[in-house]
Amino acid sequence: MGETSQKEVAIKLDGVSKTFKLPHEKVSSIKNIFAHAINYIRKRRSYEKQQALKDISFEVKKGEFFGIVGRNGSGKSTLLKLLAGIYKQDKGTIEVNGRLTPFIELGVGFNMELTGRENVFLNGALLGFSRKEMKAMYHSIVEFAELERFMDQKLKNYSSGMQVRLAFSIAIRAQSDILLIDEVLAVGDESFQDKCLKIFYKLKEEGRTIVFISHDMESIRKFCDRAVVIHNGELVYSGTPRQAAVEYVKLNYPETIVDEDEALVKRKVSVIVSKGGKKLSNNALVNYGDKLTLDISWEENSAIKNVGVALYTAGAQYIFGTNTILEKRTITSNKTSYEFNVNLGKGRYYAQVGLFGSSDSDKIYFLDRAFEFIVQEESNWQGLTHLEHTWST
Amino acid sequence: MKHVFSKKNRILLAELVRTDFKVRYQNSVLGYLWTLLRPLFLFAILYVVFVKILKTGGTVPHFGVYLLLGIVLWNYFVEVTTGSIGIIVAKGDILRKVNFPRYIIVLAGSFSALINLAFNAIVIGIFLILAKTQISPSVVFLPLLIIELFVFSLSLGFLLSALFVKFRDLGFIWEVGIQGAFFAIPIMYAFSFVTSKSLLLGKILISNPVAQIIQDARYMLISTKSETIISVFGSAWALLIPLTIVVVMGIISVLYFKRQSPYFAENI
Repeated sequence: MGETSQKEVAIKLDGVSKTFKLPHEKVSSIKNIFAHAINYIRKRRSYEKQQALKDISFEVKKGEFFGIVGRNGSGKSTLLKLLAGIYKQDKGTIEVNGRLTPFIELGVGFNMELTGRENVFLNGALLGFSRKEMKAMYHSIVEFAELERFMDQKLKNYSSGMQVRLAFSIAIRAQSDILLIDEVLAVGDESFQDKCLKIFYKLKEEGRTIVFISHDMESIRKFCDRAVVIHNGELVYSGTPRQAAVEYVKLNYPETIVDEDEALVKRKVSVIVSKGGKKLSNNALVNYGDKLTLDISWEENSAIKNVGVALYTAGAQYIFGTNTILEKRTITSNKTSYEFNVNLGKGRYYAQVGLFGSSDSDKIYFLDRAFEFIVQEESNWQGLTHLEHTWST
Repeated sequence: MKHVFSKKNRILLAELVRTDFKVRYQNSVLGYLWTLLRPLFLFAILYVVFVKILKTGGTVPHFGVYLLLGIVLWNYFVEVTTGSIGIIVAKGDILRKVNFPRYIIVLAGSFSALINLAFNAIVIGIFLILAKTQISPSVVFLPLLIIELFVFSLSLGFLLSALFVKFRDLGFIWEVGIQGAFFAIPIMYAFSFVTSKSLLLGKILISNPVAQIIQDARYMLISTKSETIISVFGSAWALLIPLTIVVVMGIISVLYFKRQSPYFAENI
């Protein structure tokens, strides 16, 4: 181990395995022990072994925004808890260089019977802050949480949103070098999520290491420098977030053809976008009110029964989506046309095109960013979309 | 071991003890005053029942204070041990989500009981002065006695809390055991009552650290006529019996707790 590798590596896992023993019937009382005593002596297998993680090795470098991807039950939460030191691995080593703070759930350790103010100090203590340090930060914590008026109320009278805000506001004070962020953080309203993400970006700029666990590919692609994919407790991919997302989709929909540069799909599916008969190139500039036409055609495939188009903001916020089955249209040939009104405010957007079998989960071809476009400045209104409205003055 | 009282752990410990106190006396009109009122009322009851009505004190001088001292020490022991049993399981939610040294939870419970004991001690002190008891010079060893009680209760607390994670019957077993021990230990009766019937039984009973501590405290603070482990065995070496129990118990408990604590989160 050289001095340099010590400096560069934030987290290093080497051959980490974790097995949970799941008793068939939980033997947690003496009576059960007697009942199971004979089985116990005969063969000590009154439990089932569940291997949550098998031989996981990877490194996270300092200052990296690192993604861990996996389906529910893949073992990613177990991995997070091992990194946080909440569970202990059976085999292998975990090396953590620097102070690590897990954000597994916000507001853990809050006491409902105490006031918001008292809870700030209690929660701060869990993060290692003394009363004096907390007093110095108190004002900015409360301000950030926007809870000035509520601090002398008992926590049980807070709404869950208020609790989360307070908890988050405290948690981001943690002076840690490494942050473990679970996807649970992604719950909460839109503006709160935005606030969270802004903070994480700021932390990243400050050179902190962030390990982000999610099954939301958009956020992984957006934020992470590198990512790994965990499937059934095994590390199946380690590399770029883009490719990790592809591997993940493959695991979920093995029949889908997804390719890194989408070249393969593009050879089989073509999406031509035009405005008033004039073909548009990718990242075209359009205006509010323009009519765009997506001409989608594909290599003859009788399995294709449904064509879907969805619009997203560049920040992966889902705006609108529909498909031919939902709108009771039948696919009769190997092409279809989708026309829509750009009823959108200033900003960047993209359209997603999917070709499906008879069910939604039966993805055949999928173009995540079939077409990207930019809406130029609108004149007398602001926001994402223009809504019908009337004034009476 | 040097991490045990690191700054971070001290902060957390203090905050947990503080929370414990705040929550305990919340919504009560008299609040913290109850820490003093409780032993006061307890003394009033003991005095009326055992000194005035039942007169079980016999020749024991200052029997009311004698009982109060015993019961306060005993209550400390009960508070720590029964309080510790379920505490790891009760805090399961936080253990599964935050990584901090698990022993701090047990330690915090033990410290808040100790603060309670200190308040009780104030009341006892007042009664000792009022009753003009015969305080022995050996009272200089009283802090050692309290340390012994603290260590013994705490180590049982560690052991019970860790065992309870796996064996939930322990809660009921301990409840029954504590009831039995209450009568096996000379709390509500004069110890001479036992030794006058069977010296062997007396020797066995006084070898229990809690019984030894209570009797020693009575000897130091109330009357040198109180029987102690030294007087029952007739040798100061006898003190080694309860001390050995305390040390062995302490080692077993700490080792067991240390071995089990990394798995609390998954076993709860």
